[in-house]
Amino acid sequence: MSEKVLMRGTQVIGEAAIRAGCRFYAGYPITPQNELTECMARSMDATPGGTFVQAESEIAAINMVIGAAMAGARAMTSSSSPGISLKQEGISFLAAQELPAVIVNTMRGGPGLGNIAPSQGDYFQATRGGGHGDYRTIVIAPNSGQEIADMTRTAFEYADKYRNPVLILADGMMGQMMEPVIFPEPIDISSLPPKTWSLRGAAGRPSKVILSLLLNPAKQEELNWKLDRKYKIIAREIPKAEKYMTDDAHLAVIAYGTAARIAKGAVRRVREMGLKVGLFRPITLWPYPSRELHELSRHMRNFLVFEMNMGQMVEDVKLSLEGRSDVHFYGRPGGTISTPDEIAKIINTLYHRQNLEKDS
Amino acid sequence: MKKTVFAGFGGQGVLMMGYAFAMAVMNDGKQITYLPAYGAEMRGGTANCTVAVSDEEIFSPVSSAPDYAVILNNPSLIKYESMIATGGTLFINSSLVTTEITRDDISVVKVPAGDMAKKLRNERISNMIMLGAFVSRSQLTSMESILNALAEITKGKKSSLMKSNKKGLDAGADYVLQGA
Amino acid sequence: MQKVFQRPKYLKQAVFHYCPGCGHSIIHRLIAEVIEELGIGEKTIGVPPAGCAVLAYDYIDVDMGEAPHGRGAAVATGLKRVLPDHIVFSYQGDGDIAAIGTAETIHAANRGESISVFFINNACYGMTGGQMAPTTLLGQESTTTPGGRNEKRDAAPLDLSEILAIARGSVYIERTAVNSPRNIRKTKRAITKSFKTQMAGLGFSLVEILSPCPVNWKMTPVEATKWIDDTMVKTYPLKVIKDTVGKIDG
Repeated sequence: MSEKVLMRGTQVIGEAAIRAGCRFYAGYPITPQNELTECMARSMDATPGGTFVQAESEIAAINMVIGAAMAGARAMTSSSSPGISLKQEGISFLAAQELPAVIVNTMRGGPGLGNIAPSQGDYFQATRGGGHGDYRTIVIAPNSGQEIADMTRTAFEYADKYRNPVLILADGMMGQMMEPVIFPEPIDISSLPPKTWSLRGAAGRPSKVILSLLLNPAKQEELNWKLDRKYKIIAREIPKAEKYMTDDAHLAVIAYGTAARIAKGAVRRVREMGLKVGLFRPITLWPYPSRELHELSRHMRNFLVFEMNMGQMVEDVKLSLEGRSDVHFYGRPGGTISTPDEIAKIINTLYHRQNLEKDS
Repeated sequence: MKKTVFAGFGGQGVLMMGYAFAMAVMNDGKQITYLPAYGAEMRGGTANCTVAVSDEEIFSPVSSAPDYAVILNNPSLIKYESMIATGGTLFINSSLVTTEITRDDISVVKVPAGDMAKKLRNERISNMIMLGAFVSRSQLTSMESILNALAEITKGKKSSLMKSNKKGLDAGADYVLQGA
Repeated sequence: MQKVFQRPKYLKQAVFHYCPGCGHSIIHRLIAEVIEELGIGEKTIGVPPAGCAVLAYDYIDVDMGEAPHGRGAAVATGLKRVLPDHIVFSYQGDGDIAAIGTAETIHAANRGESISVFFINNACYGMTGGQMAPTTLLGQESTTTPGGRNEKRDAAPLDLSEILAIARGSVYIERTAVNSPRNIRKTKRAITKSFKTQMAGLGFSLVEILSPCPVNWKMTPVEATKWIDDTMVKTYPLKVIKDTVGKIDG
């Protein structure tokens, strides 16, 4: 039985990754996620068969992960917004070559260098692929220490199961905050199914190639069809969302990660005032939990999307609801953290403007 | 739900106060979040952290109106005095914090922790004196829980460290009990 | 009857797509021969580049994992660290290794990654149509240096192998060519030594191979082999650039 420990989010990812069988990590220093890299340096040294490389660049780090994944290891790299931009070519290769890997983005505020305050400015980059080509990355957005511990394991499982890169999307607050965590027991990596596709030398079998260049247009098209079939299966199998007080609600706030924590506090405040408001929190951002959201729109006509950016996830909400409901948006750009009171005021105003109290 | 801000210069043991408090409360079986200032915010010598304690799920770990503030230097007083919730309690290390306090809707506990630490011949324990005063007054956790948490944190370090920590905690608690 | 020449075991039954007079097919064959001679075919993993040799996996019959442009040394690092008992090589052109992938290459060398790097220098970007590479000679015509490479405008050639020799983790670096039977034999010996260096776990090794590109050089294959001897070796002398390995058996 694991006991409850108080741990920083970045370190929770590291510890959970090791317990999930991660045996290769390459990274490059960038705030606010350096504790993760440092944690992996210590943990890999203490783990038999574990490798840690401080890479010369973000680009080298993701490419080392490509090599490690080709060799069959559970591999991970992590960074923060500008560093993730640099890794995008490699993520595109991981997707095309159908290699499993986990990438952690502890988002920073703003485009360019940005500051290190919490932000959700990388939603488009994360969910739309980020790199070149017609591919998808599984995106998981935990919002508590415990969920980080649990979903980091899930990330490695999804990566292997679907042979696809998985992105854990966090921010400075998720990364730096400490909460009590109970870790899942470490897995026995020898019990994992063999990766028959991995490159381990052509002993007793024909040689294998892992590639993404297909000069024959028909073969290139077939690869893209194959990826698309896989993405459709993923979109059916793994969407995940939390619903909080939505059963009798006239309005639901939609938010993820740090923003959802703040929104939940706001929902509780307005509930105390008698407003029938709930929270819908996507946990997977790709695939987006569209069906679950669509379900809600059967008894609810008003949604308020709250993001720590100027409107990115709101597009997925509109796509999911297909015009069936009114979608409102409140966002603040990264760099500052809104308070539950602030969001409660926004909810209150909207609630009355839409005459929702009359529905009660 | 109660939120507490600990703030001061880097090196004063501000983050350690918050961490020990958070750990004690976690072991009490309550919900907690601990959010430290990080990165560039830490450069230039200021440090702060926010600890939220509740019997229920904690949503936002940030506090715009903390119930308690434990302040170890003047810049932090200027930053946090106006934020403290009405009816809240401000603890200051009055050996270092000399700025006049203007709020009259909060309780102020002045602890000359610097001078007390000097008298105890260990200037490094002024944070423990403040923590002792804070725990004793706020009653958010017990002295026993704090001691257990500190023992866990300092595991493997010199036993004299725990002894001096305890000395500081007791001194702070006693000072408050005597009616500061 | 004794067979004196045959397809090496680790060269696939395929027709090379390379241009007439190109050096890649010779180098592919040499690598396949050495892998067979050293008996490492079942534990070798190759990393082909972006460039003309991107299809190296259609010819060399060992496990191969394609790297993004320039990142061969980083991908090879990941493979080798996970599979330390395997033999990992990257095969990279001059644009790949000496321009876009310079950082990955220098740092892999500096870390002393136990990998073999084969650096094919044809003094231009071949696949994309003969643009200036970092290795293009001063005065050499290319599609992006009309009138010849000008030091002021285009910089001087980059001596990557010499730079890598400074790195502490590199143990064996040699420059050879594949423009004559004699040089081809020397190249094969260098490839063998590089693999043996890796098998002994001694560190980073690299063989730079001057290779003709008659089409982009606008020469006949014969002129191209001659141009290497007469001109190219003046900028890139054929020699052992670094060797802390010495004689090696195994």
